[in-house]
Amino acid sequence: MARHRNIRTMNYDEEYDGYDDVYGHSVEDDYASSPSMQHFLYDRSQEHQMSAYMQSDIPEEDELVSDESKNGNDVGAPSRIPPLGELEQAQLYSCLDLLRDRMGDALSEQAGIDAILACNFDAEKALDQLLKTSVASSLSKSTKIITKSKPAPAIQVEKIRGSEVRDGKTPVKVVSAKKVVATGFSLPPTSTDASSSAYRQPAKQESAVEETSRQLGCLRTPGATPRSTSPADREAIATPKSQARTRESRVDVASEYVKERSGTKALLNLVVVGHVDAGKSTLMGHMLFRLGQVSSKQMHKYEQESKKLGKQSFMYAWVLDETGEERSRGITMDVAQSQFETESKSITLLDAPGHRDFIPNMIFGAAQADVALLVVDATTGEFETGFESGGQTREHALLVRSLGVSQLGVVVNKLDMVGWSRDRFNEIVARLGAFLKQAGYKEQDVFYVPVSGLTGENLTVLDEPKLTEWYSGPTLLQAIDKFRPPERPLNRPARLVISDIFKSVGGSSGCCLAGRLESGMMQTGDKLLIMPLNEMIQIKNIAINEVSKGSCFAGDQVVLTVSGADLSDVSLGSVLCDPSQPVKVTSRIQARIVIFNIDIPITTGYPVVIHYQSLSEAATISKLIAQIHKSTGEVVRKRPRCLTKQTSGLVEIEISRPICMELYKDYRELGRFMIRANGTTIAAGLVTGIL
Amino acid sequence: MKLVSRYIERDGTGRVALIPENPEDMWHAYNLISHGDTIRASTIRKVQTESATGSSSSSRVRTMLTVEVETIDFDTQACVLRLKGRNVEENPYVKMGAYHTVDIEPNRKFSLTKACWDIVALERIDMACDPSQNADVAAVIMHEGLANVCLVTGAMTLVRAKIDVTIPRKRKGSTSQHEKGLQKFYDTVLQAILRHVNFEVTRCILLASPGFVKDHFFEYMMQWASKNDNQVLADPAVTSRMADTKAMAEVKALENFYAVLQTEPSRAFYGLKHVLKANEGQAIDTLLVSDNLFRSQSVEERKTYVKLVESVRDNGGTTRIFSSLHVSGEQLIQLTGVAAILRFPMPELEEEPLDSDEDS
Repeated sequence: MARHRNIRTMNYDEEYDGYDDVYGHSVEDDYASSPSMQHFLYDRSQEHQMSAYMQSDIPEEDELVSDESKNGNDVGAPSRIPPLGELEQAQLYSCLDLLRDRMGDALSEQAGIDAILACNFDAEKALDQLLKTSVASSLSKSTKIITKSKPAPAIQVEKIRGSEVRDGKTPVKVVSAKKVVATGFSLPPTSTDASSSAYRQPAKQESAVEETSRQLGCLRTPGATPRSTSPADREAIATPKSQARTRESRVDVASEYVKERSGTKALLNLVVVGHVDAGKSTLMGHMLFRLGQVSSKQMHKYEQESKKLGKQSFMYAWVLDETGEERSRGITMDVAQSQFETESKSITLLDAPGHRDFIPNMIFGAAQADVALLVVDATTGEFETGFESGGQTREHALLVRSLGVSQLGVVVNKLDMVGWSRDRFNEIVARLGAFLKQAGYKEQDVFYVPVSGLTGENLTVLDEPKLTEWYSGPTLLQAIDKFRPPERPLNRPARLVISDIFKSVGGSSGCCLAGRLESGMMQTGDKLLIMPLNEMIQIKNIAINEVSKGSCFAGDQVVLTVSGADLSDVSLGSVLCDPSQPVKVTSRIQARIVIFNIDIPITTGYPVVIHYQSLSEAATISKLIAQIHKSTGEVVRKRPRCLTKQTSGLVEIEISRPICMELYKDYRELGRFMIRANGTTIAAGLVTGIL
Repeated sequence: MKLVSRYIERDGTGRVALIPENPEDMWHAYNLISHGDTIRASTIRKVQTESATGSSSSSRVRTMLTVEVETIDFDTQACVLRLKGRNVEENPYVKMGAYHTVDIEPNRKFSLTKACWDIVALERIDMACDPSQNADVAAVIMHEGLANVCLVTGAMTLVRAKIDVTIPRKRKGSTSQHEKGLQKFYDTVLQAILRHVNFEVTRCILLASPGFVKDHFFEYMMQWASKNDNQVLADPAVTSRMADTKAMAEVKALENFYAVLQTEPSRAFYGLKHVLKANEGQAIDTLLVSDNLFRSQSVEERKTYVKLVESVRDNGGTTRIFSSLHVSGEQLIQLTGVAAILRFPMPELEEEPLDSDEDS
C-alpha cells in the first residue's frame, strides 16, 4: 500500500521535466517523413548548402580535396609514388584532380598517378591515355554512362522549361501561374502550399538546381558529394521526367479540346423562356419527340395518362415536366434539362418556368445559357397580357439579355389558333422588334419563327399550306442550327458553380455535383477546391448527358461524382475551382447596376434579393456611390440620395453571408447577377469590385 | 403591461410603477429605461453574514433595491432585460454605492424614476399598456429549401428558426430524390413550428411563399395533423384583426415614403441633417423615426430626437416611431433611422450633400 501511495503522491512535474522542451516545436521537425517522401520534399537548407559549396568555396575545396588525397596517399593506400620534388608532387596532384573531375570517382588513384607520370604531368594527355587503355575500358564505360546520363536529364529539364514558357505565353493551360513561377530557376520556391500538385514542384525544382549545379560544377568538383550520387538524387532526376509526362498530357487544353471535340458538333446551351402558358414545355417536348429523343411508347404513355387527368393538351409538356406537382398543376416549376442535336450543333436544352413565382429558377437556367428562345403566344389577348408590364415576356427578355445572352430566337407559338394569320405574325414581330431593340438586342441577332407547338407545325418540317402561303423561312430546328456558338474561356482556371447536389444513383457512396463548367477543363482524378467550404475533393467520374467522359471543357453541363466532401456540407452556389487559383469569396461587393422600371427608388439600406447563378441570397444596398450615365458611363452625380427607375449606378452591396463571386472583367459569366425585391426584378448588375 | 401608479411633476420629473406581463413588455421596458434612470424593483441578492465566532455564511435574500442604471442588456431571443447599476437607497443587506444587477421579472412590479419624462417615453407607456395590441402571430416564410419560422408581435419580429436544406433538383427520368428531399424539408419545418410556437398564445400561423410551396406545406401539415389526431381550427376573424396592427402601419408609412421619393423626390428626405432643415421650415408632414435613436447613450442625441418629434407634433405633423425589431424598422435604420415626408417640396435641400458620417 505504501508503495502505491508513493506513486500517487509523486511529483510528476519533476519526473517528466524533459517533456516540456518538446512542446516548443512540432513533431515534424524531429522526424523525417518517410524516406520515399523525402525526395519530393523541398529542403531549403540543402539547396543553400549546395550553391555555397559550388561557387564561393571552390578554391578552398580544391585544396581540401588535394589535402585529403595527400593524406590518403600518406596514410591509407600504399600507392606507388616515385620520389618526387615538392613542385612535381603538387603538379601530380593537380593533374590527378583534373582527371578525377573528368572521369569521376571511378578512376583508381594508382592508374591515374601512373598515367600522369607517364605523360609527364600533362593532364590532357594522361586523360587521353587513360581512356584509351584497355585497363580503363570498364572505367570508361562508367564514365560514359555518367556523361551520358548527365545531359539527358538536362534536356528533360530544358523540355519542361520550354513547355512551361510556352504555356506561360500562350494561355491555353488550366494551371498556369504556379508553373510559371517554377520556370524561373533563380527564384527560390516559396510554396508552402499543401495542394496536391504543388508538392511535386519544389522537388523538381531542387533537382533542377542540383542538375544545373552539377553541370556547372562538374569540371571543378571532383567526385561529387555523396549526396549527388545517392539513389535519392537519381529519384529526383526521375521525377521531372514523369512530371513532364503527366504535365504534357494535361498542359494543352486547346489541343486536348481539339482532339476530344473536333469530330463532334459544337455545343450550345439553349434556354427557353416566355410568359406562363406560352407553350414552352409543349413546344420543346414536341420537338424532342420529333427528333426521336422520346420513344413513341413513352409518348403513348404520357398521352394516356394525361387523358386520364383531362389534360391531353399537356402530353408533350410532360416530357419535360416530370414531377407530380408540375403535371397536376400544368406548369413548369424548375428548369428541366434535355439534349438534342441539330445538323451542326449539339444542343443542351434548358426549359425554364414561365410563372413569375419561379423567376429565381428561370434566372438559374438563363445564367447557364448561351442563346435563348423566347416563346410568345400568338392568340388574341394572350400575347398582349404576356407583353404588357407585369407580363413575363418583357421581364424574361430583359433578364436573359442582362445575363449575357445576345442571340435570341422569337418563337411565335399557337399560330394555328389564329388561322396562321400573316397579319398577326407581323404585328407581333413589329411590337416585339421595337421592344427587343430597346432592350439591347441587335437586330441581326434576333429571328422570328411562326410555329405551333401542339400540332408540331414548322418545328422540324414545314408543310401547313396556310403557312407556306406566306412563310418560306427556316423551320425552328434550322433556325436553332444557325445560332453561333460562343467563345469558351478554355484557358482560364477551372470554375464550376454547383447547381445541384444529390446522391449518386449507381449505389456508390460518392456524392454527385451538377453544374455548368464555366471555364477551363476538368479531368477524372483532378483534385479541386470547393469554395466557400474550402475543402479538397477529387473527381471520380465525369458524366455529360449521362455518358461517362474522361474530361470536360468550358460550356459543358456536367455531373461530377466526387469523393472527399460530405453531401450535407455542400450548399448550392458553391464553386468548384482550381486549387492554385481559387474563386473569391466575399460578402461585400461593388457593382454597376442598371435599374429597370421600378416603383420604389433604391436608397441606401434597401433590402433586396441577389440572384447569382443558382443562388439567391438576401442582401442590402449598403452604399450608393454614384449615379452613372446609362450609355457613356460618366458619373452624373456622386453619392446620390436615391437611384430611380431607368438609371444606372455604382453601388456597394452587402450580402447576408459570404458567397463565391468573380469580377466581371475576369469571368463574364460569373460577374453577372440580378437584383430582385418584392417579387419583381429591379436591376441587373456587374461585379466591379470585391471588397 | 400594467400601469400601477404614475406621479409626474410639471417639470417632467417623476416616477411610474409598471408590471410587465409578457416578453413584449420587456421590449417596451428596454425602450423606456435609459442610462441614468433609477429603478426600484424586487430582486435577489446573495448576502454574506459573519457570525460572532468568525465563521461566515452566505444566503440569498429577496429584497427591494433601488439602483441607478448604468448598463442595459436586452436579449432579443429570450426577452430578458438586465439592468446593472449602483445602489442609491439604504438597505439592510446592500451597502450604498454597491453594484447590483437587476433582472426585470415578469409579473413583478418595478418603479422607474426619470429626471425627465419626455413625450416619447410617455407614449411608449400608453402603447405598452394597451391590451388590444396583443396579438401574437407565428409566420413561416418559405421557399423550396429555405424556411424562416418567426413570431410577430406588435413591436417585435423574432426569428425562431431558420431551416436551410438543399433539395436535389428534378433530373431527367428521376424525380424521387427531389420528392424525398421535399418531404424531409416539410417535416423539418413542421417540427420547428411545433417546437417554437406556443399555441396557447399564438392564435394563427401565417404561411407565406412564392409559388406553391405554401399550399403544399399546408396540405402536408393538415395530413400530419389528421394522422396525429390534432385539432386544427381556422378562425377567419383573426386574419381580419391582423390588418390594422402597428406593424402594418409602419410598413405602410415606409412604403409611402418610398413612393413619394420616387414621384416627388423633393418632398421626401432622409438623414438627420436634411430632416432637421425641413423641420425648420415647418414642412414635415410625416416623420419616421426608429426607436433605437431614443435608446442612444448620449443624452444630447436623445434630446435632439425628442425635440424633433415634439416640434413635428406641434406643427401638426404625425410621427411614427418604428420598432427596430421589425423588418421595416431595420430598413429605416439602414436609411439613417430618420426620414420625413414633407407637405411641400423643398428642392433647395436636394442640392445639399448628405453628411458623410450619416450614410455610411
